[in-house]
Amino acid sequence: MFGKLSWQSIPWEEPIPLVAASVVLLIGAGVLAWVWRRGYVPYLWREWITSVDHKRIGIMYCIFAMVMLLRGFSDALLMRSQQAMAMGNEGYLPPDHYDQVFTAHGVIMIFFVAMPFMIGLMNFAVPLQLGVRDVAFPTLNNVSFWLTASGALLINISLVVGEFAKTGWVVYPPLSEIRFSPGVGVDYYLWALQISGVGTLLSGVNLVTTILKMRAPGMGYTRMPMFCWTTLATNLLIVAAFPILTATLAMLTLDRYLGFHFFTNELGGNAMMFVNLIWAWGHPEVYILVLPAFGVFSEVVSTFSGKPLFGYRSMIVATMVICLLSFMVWLHHFFTMGAGADVNGFFGVATMIIAVPTGVKVFNWIFTMYGGRIRFTTPMLYSVGFMCSFVIGGMTGVLLAVPPADFVLHNSLFLVAHFHNIVIPAVLFGAFAGYQYWFPKAFGFTLDEKWGKRGFWCWITGFYLAFMPLYILGLQGMTRRLQHYDVPEWQMYLWVAGIGALFIAAGIACQIIQLFVSIRNREALKDTTGDPWDGRSLEWVTTSPPPAFNFAVLPNVQGEEAYWSVKAEAKEKGELSKRPKYEAFEMPRNSPTGIVTAFFSTAIGFALIWHIWWLAIVGFFGAWATFVVFAWRDETEYEVSAEEARRLDDERRRAKAAMVGLPQDQIA
Amino acid sequence: MRVRRQSRVRFVASSRIAVAATALILLGGCVPGVLDPAGPIGAGERTILLNSLVIMLGIVVPTIIAAAGFAWWFRAGNEKATYRPDWSYSGKLELLVWSVPLLVVIFLAGMTWIGSHQLDPFRPIQSTKRPIRVQVVSLNWKWVFIYPDQGVATVNRLVMPIGTPVNFEITSGTVMNSFFIPQLGSQIYAMPGMRAKLSLQADRPGSYRGLSAHYSGEGFADMVFRAEAVSPAAFQSWAQSLRGRGGLLDDRAYLALARKEETSRPGYWGSVSPNLFDAAVAQAGVPVHKVEHHGRERL
Repeated sequence: MFGKLSWQSIPWEEPIPLVAASVVLLIGAGVLAWVWRRGYVPYLWREWITSVDHKRIGIMYCIFAMVMLLRGFSDALLMRSQQAMAMGNEGYLPPDHYDQVFTAHGVIMIFFVAMPFMIGLMNFAVPLQLGVRDVAFPTLNNVSFWLTASGALLINISLVVGEFAKTGWVVYPPLSEIRFSPGVGVDYYLWALQISGVGTLLSGVNLVTTILKMRAPGMGYTRMPMFCWTTLATNLLIVAAFPILTATLAMLTLDRYLGFHFFTNELGGNAMMFVNLIWAWGHPEVYILVLPAFGVFSEVVSTFSGKPLFGYRSMIVATMVICLLSFMVWLHHFFTMGAGADVNGFFGVATMIIAVPTGVKVFNWIFTMYGGRIRFTTPMLYSVGFMCSFVIGGMTGVLLAVPPADFVLHNSLFLVAHFHNIVIPAVLFGAFAGYQYWFPKAFGFTLDEKWGKRGFWCWITGFYLAFMPLYILGLQGMTRRLQHYDVPEWQMYLWVAGIGALFIAAGIACQIIQLFVSIRNREALKDTTGDPWDGRSLEWVTTSPPPAFNFAVLPNVQGEEAYWSVKAEAKEKGELSKRPKYEAFEMPRNSPTGIVTAFFSTAIGFALIWHIWWLAIVGFFGAWATFVVFAWRDETEYEVSAEEARRLDDERRRAKAAMVGLPQDQIA
Repeated sequence: MRVRRQSRVRFVASSRIAVAATALILLGGCVPGVLDPAGPIGAGERTILLNSLVIMLGIVVPTIIAAAGFAWWFRAGNEKATYRPDWSYSGKLELLVWSVPLLVVIFLAGMTWIGSHQLDPFRPIQSTKRPIRVQVVSLNWKWVFIYPDQGVATVNRLVMPIGTPVNFEITSGTVMNSFFIPQLGSQIYAMPGMRAKLSLQADRPGSYRGLSAHYSGEGFADMVFRAEAVSPAAFQSWAQSLRGRGGLLDDRAYLALARKEETSRPGYWGSVSPNLFDAAVAQAGVPVHKVEHHGRERL
């Protein structure tokens, strides 16, 4: 009836996961009870859970990513404390547990923190920046989000029901094959990533279509804000790379479930083929994460320097070159396979070539600041912190791309330091900068600057303390994923790294406090103008928060920096642009398709992990029926009348008139 | 003019100090590692590593200074800074921002291409000395070293003569591992069903730390061994003495060792059945079966 599942599947004897899970369950139950008692359930269901509004979905993605950041970071704290202790002894985490922790840390941080954070920001900002009312496929967007959440739910279930993979985050066979990992850990990994991977792929299709087909009138490709360009590049990468991941994981699944031999030791399987395929997805994945962050920095640096982005076209070329080259370098993840000097040399050189467009980007940001009038808000601090730290990570990356250097640094803590030196200052700081930057647009009030800055300083100090020692340890021959070690000299550095992790914890605490303080002071922090940062692109045209349809009338774009020019003109002429003609238009209806599909997907995933076949069949039919019901529905849109559009636009025009100091009668 | 030159001198001097300081911090650990090589491969790799590092610091340090410096100078409160709200293009600067990284990369790429060929792990070290052959098998979680010419074998202890190239053939009797002695240089994956090659040499006597640099499961952290470099004469007499003492490493002993899923104290065999390594490669891993209960591997 329940497949492999039984009471003994739960690790009753291990206090850490049990306590952690109980705390999470208690908090979750508490939040649910509070929501229930305050009567928020119908509101949440109507306005958020079933929402097909790209802004709401974007916000849900970001909240989801932040919650998962707490989980992934707890794993990091466990690892740092284990390694700080385990010199010549077993520490407090047995290998069985430690190996799950580092695997979960990697999987969660990449798939359920970095990816959703970026997808959230893209979802939120891109349609606004393009001057349109929603993404191309609004309901699909909601489905994507819930499928991602479904994958994360499965991983969190693995904390207390069964176990998680003990293989490292890219689950190299043969270790991940059924012979060496017969438990459900790898199965959790496979199904969680397959389900959320579908979500990511759909999200990619959606955003590519949106950018290619749905720009405001006059918004040519070379007038799009930089963030839209990096979003386009990222989503092209998602569309091209994620099917590779899906296929690779499907082959491993066939090996594990049906006795195939793609990657097994025996009967002609070849594990190196998996390594090849997973990195053919894995390297583009790195750019999927970092390109949107580059876009955020481009927006932030330009806005707070009070200048257009330097070398806009050059930046577009650099972005697209990175996009293309990212598919040609995957072998640098396994130079030590011994592919031969020609192959290694080729991929080493190809990798370095990516440093050229990336370098161009850094220089262009620096020249954007040159001649500017820089306001050091929190997003700008993150951007400057990024520029100064990212070049170090880039440098060590190029170093690792030199095969002879890689032969002694591969898989060492030097490598771990390198990719955290990219992922934290670039991806995570980019996400934080975007969060601070677009928060007022999303909620109508800015975030508290004092706590924001405290958070930044804790994060950057913590980052340097936590990862610079790892560079040194790598040079001293310390390899990654060690549950314990026998070299006394390493311990001091690991202590410093542990203290760094505590600084990062303080940074996270500051960010949480910032959120609470800002919500409490929301009246004082209110953004009445819709343009709190003196912005340059179209998201700042509309009100904060924008109406569900973003723009009563789609803006007519006349050049680069669509909003900046209009704003300058209004200030110069002393009058707002002419009142447009309002027309009725249609908006998509909300739909529970996403959450229902995700519910059945979770059931399918859980059933397949535990070999509960009847449940898998039920889940499959449920998901299929949901699709049929959705496909045959009669009403898909609702109408917004011209009067309604006019009423909301009047509010906006009043706010803008006040902002540029014009009399209120102007708007009539 | 004079002032300008002075400031340039000062800049060069300070960047040199920066490079030296970085090198010091990196080297300052004083724990033997990849920056303290004991053989030609490791030395070659250290050279290429440090050269690339210094070349890149030449561009990275000014970039950091420029980023921080511009950000500070052009702060909103600075009256002395000129605000140029519309300046967003300069052909000359564009040329510069593309060509500077490009030139650096071309230079590095040349080094990389040549270095990849010179230090290809599969390429045997050229020497007048006759190389020693060692066959390496990674098991859960230990290393077996077979000396086919001496007819002896060891576990978790590698003995090699100094000044003599050692040609390793490497495979795995289990999952993937990576064979790595940081002070001697290059690592290479130990892969089941594959025969990887690696040529290393130790030039000074010593006992070096060896390890698996690729995670391979529960006992991975204990997968360390000592690589002892001794004089050629001492090596010969060591091999000789083993032949008199140890047991036989044949298929059965190998399987028994492979199935024992734990690390091992250093040990040795006085004789080895011929073609054991070839059989290990052909077998592509020992038929080990882990078991699960209720979905969990550990109860």
